[in-house]
Amino acid sequence: MKPKSRKVSQHVTQNEALIFEKSSPGKKAYRLPPLDVPDVDAGKLLGEQVREDLGLMPEVSEIEIIRHFTRLSTWNYAIDLGMYPLGSCTMKYNARVNEFVARLEGLGNSHPYQPEKISQGALRIMKTLSECLCEITGMDVITLQPAAGAHGEFTGILLMRAHHESKGNPRKKIIIPDSAHGTNPATAAICGYEIINLKSSAEGMVDVSLLASLVDDTVAGMMLTNPSTIGVFEKDIHRIADLLHDKGALLYMDGANMNALVGKTRPGDFGVDVMHLNLHKTFSTPHGGGGPGSGPVACKKLLEPFLPAPVVTTRADGRLGFEYNRPQSIGRVRAFYGNFGMFVRALAYIFANGPDGLRQTTEDAVLNANYIRKKLDGIYDLPYKTGSMHEVVFSDRLQTQNGVKTGDIAKRLIDYGFHPYTTSFPLIVPGALMIEPTESESKEELDLFVDAMKSIAREVEEDPQLVISAPHDTRVARMDETTAARKPVLRWKPEQTNEARQSPKPELVETR
Amino acid sequence: MRYLPKSPADRELMLEEIGVRSVDEFFKAIPGEYRLNRDLKVPRQMAESEIIDYFRDRSQENAAGYSVFLGAGAYHHYRPVIIDALVQRGEFLTSYTPYQAEISQGTLQAIFEFQTMICELTGMDIANASMYDGSTGAAEAILMAMRVTGRDQSVIARTVHPEYREVIHTYLHHRGMPMHFVGYAEDSGEVDLDQLERAVTEQTACVLIQSPNFFGSIEDVEAAAEMAHRKGALLVVSIGEALSLGIVKPPAAADIVSMEAQSFGVPLGFGGPYDGVLAAKEKYVRQMPGRLVGETKDRNGKRGYVLTLSTREQHIRREKATSNICTNQALVALMSTIYMDVYGREGLKDLAKQNLAKAHYAVGEFARRARVLFPRGKRFNEFVVQTKEDPHAINDRLLEKKIIGGFALEKFYPELGNAALWCCTEMNSRAQIDAAIEAVQG
Ligand SMILES: Cc1ncc(COP(=O)(O)O)c(C=O)c1O
Repeated sequence: MKPKSRKVSQHVTQNEALIFEKSSPGKKAYRLPPLDVPDVDAGKLLGEQVREDLGLMPEVSEIEIIRHFTRLSTWNYAIDLGMYPLGSCTMKYNARVNEFVARLEGLGNSHPYQPEKISQGALRIMKTLSECLCEITGMDVITLQPAAGAHGEFTGILLMRAHHESKGNPRKKIIIPDSAHGTNPATAAICGYEIINLKSSAEGMVDVSLLASLVDDTVAGMMLTNPSTIGVFEKDIHRIADLLHDKGALLYMDGANMNALVGKTRPGDFGVDVMHLNLHKTFSTPHGGGGPGSGPVACKKLLEPFLPAPVVTTRADGRLGFEYNRPQSIGRVRAFYGNFGMFVRALAYIFANGPDGLRQTTEDAVLNANYIRKKLDGIYDLPYKTGSMHEVVFSDRLQTQNGVKTGDIAKRLIDYGFHPYTTSFPLIVPGALMIEPTESESKEELDLFVDAMKSIAREVEEDPQLVISAPHDTRVARMDETTAARKPVLRWKPEQTNEARQSPKPELVETR
Repeated sequence: MRYLPKSPADRELMLEEIGVRSVDEFFKAIPGEYRLNRDLKVPRQMAESEIIDYFRDRSQENAAGYSVFLGAGAYHHYRPVIIDALVQRGEFLTSYTPYQAEISQGTLQAIFEFQTMICELTGMDIANASMYDGSTGAAEAILMAMRVTGRDQSVIARTVHPEYREVIHTYLHHRGMPMHFVGYAEDSGEVDLDQLERAVTEQTACVLIQSPNFFGSIEDVEAAAEMAHRKGALLVVSIGEALSLGIVKPPAAADIVSMEAQSFGVPLGFGGPYDGVLAAKEKYVRQMPGRLVGETKDRNGKRGYVLTLSTREQHIRREKATSNICTNQALVALMSTIYMDVYGREGLKDLAKQNLAKAHYAVGEFARRARVLFPRGKRFNEFVVQTKEDPHAINDRLLEKKIIGGFALEKFYPELGNAALWCCTEMNSRAQIDAAIEAVQG
């Protein structure tokens, strides 16, 4: 089944077994330098604690490792291959200079406990990044320690909790809109809060009068994503903040969608007390197949005493250092100082952009989303008509009439050479197609995407089965997830190889 | 701006097709008083060469070319060059979490291989796709033990990395979950088993020990497991130096193993990103936090891999999830996977043995000039040296010789006085070790 797309054609894809299936005793990919101290008898030194055998760890040569991972890599889709419109994830270009500078010897190879006087470069990077991020968010202070967005949420809610505790009572509840990302309620729960689910208004926004009826002095605060997960700016943001502040509650902003705001408006100016940033979204550090990230938490002065220790400080002699003595701190949230390598990359991104580039980036991201919206509105159902910012959320309402769901359309998009959009989120849109193009897409790539989406919509009318059974051109298709969950096979054992060799379609004879 | 693939004419055309006059229209939802009508005060746009110059300067203000005797949770090991060559392939570097299995088999299979090797090395049945680091992994392991046992108290050895203990404290104390800390034996540096036995009760969800522990001493995992299990508690073992598993018996008696795998091919990088690992006995799989990759077949019967058991996770279960973790450390776990392949079954053993030999040599030499504490403990590559002089003063002297000395312990263990934790890996030559010891003489 040939997709009608200018973007892709079929190509040869190499088969590749598990690394364990290539292993045989005596193969090596390493050589150690000669030992320059007397050799030891491990059995004597360690006694009963000595280990004799490493079981099924592989024995392979260097070229096999290179081919193994190079082949595996070709089975992945990536930003470097094309548009990756995964809503809420901000899959933007990850500049190569960022990788280069993060690996400079003094940065990539410095020990976290080396003395401060030979860590001034790293400290300077942390300080400069902190200043930039405070300016961008309009906040007063920041911690770079959290390792990802969800970890930042955890840190931010604990700051909130510490603030209330300092006033005598941590309070009991956190209000979270039903449009929120799953990490928000999960975070509030691990911070010991009861979650109040706030039903969104007919426009998919915060229902301010409903909110007013829920806020009282048992509420610690609210976690709000702005722009919301349907890509809409909360126009009543300041009234929301006021409502909370009137009762002594605080406003937490999930900053996952900052790519819509940088250089155009600042959360600190519109009433937010504490927020996290995802450096792996807005600030272009690579997602790397699921991580690492970095989730700095910026906040207003009133929360400063509670920031995790240590914080970067300037000493009397002008040198930078770490300040550990913070009696009111919520404590550490991570060993050492956070994902430092991501700080380097994010700062390189800020430098590459400057104030004009950052603003243009935001504008282009929003322009791209609105372009897609315009081109696909009507072909796909747009449940909320409010103006979109950096992402647009359609639903599969029109396509379900032919039995086709958002997940099927997503799979069909793969045949057209695109990574799917986000499916089934946010929960307030049944059958959501959440599309975030980011600024990194050219008009040509957007047009190809629009053509693909239109073509799929036609297929849904003419031949829904074609879409329902997609993808058709991938190495594997429609994995049996039910069996995977019912009888989990979470590691390799030699028996599996024997079984795979007897499977109906052995890897070796696969043809395309 | 060089990352933006649009000409002014493209933008005009797009605005026209959308039917708006200017991009400002899209920002009208932002109330006027909150719109930023000025430039952000961040440095001006820089050329690539300027960016490199800036970071080169910062890099030079940082230590480079020093010989490092610091360990304490971050280890200086050789990193084969193929690691960076492979992880910088855009298909690994610039992909997201592998939700769409059909176009993510590369990442998924690599994670499956990672999980398998972690199981082999730790003696556990299952391992997840990674946690943020060793400290948060240890905290998550304790929370997991609490879900398994329905209890909320933990018993924690003081020989667990002090910063890990601080993180655990942050995760637990605000929910009123009691932590009991247990000291160490003066002759071995191992957890005091008598104290431990007394501390474990019917309310204990788990015992947490680290092995090799913060002093470098290898713990008696089986004895601790016995004590925990007798009271219906789990044993969680934290491993800070993953390479120890090349020559030290795996903590197979544990129920959960939380490991920092930075030693496996991850740069020191001033403390991160690192590679947290969580592994456990199979029966606890439904309480495991984080992502898990499983093997399955596609509709044509072909072997492939998927993210599985996601009903544990926040995107499905929301406030009832096993954890709030979403983004993890996937690319760093890939570094570790490649590293484990390079050294493999024989190499990890050979390399671990070199570490053992270097540390053993250094202990012998140090012992001539200072007191090496915990003589009865069995060690891998770290040991504690007590001196007459303040270790900070010694370290200042060492810095002049381009040597970074041991980690002064007084901040976390004031009772040890002038003591420092030293680490010797395959990266420390005999000449460096000798030079360092000479400076200690003072
Ligand atoms: C809206 C929103 N909030 C929170 C998160 C969690 O961030 P992270 O994956 O960095 O933990 C995400 C991203 O996955 C998100 O899209």
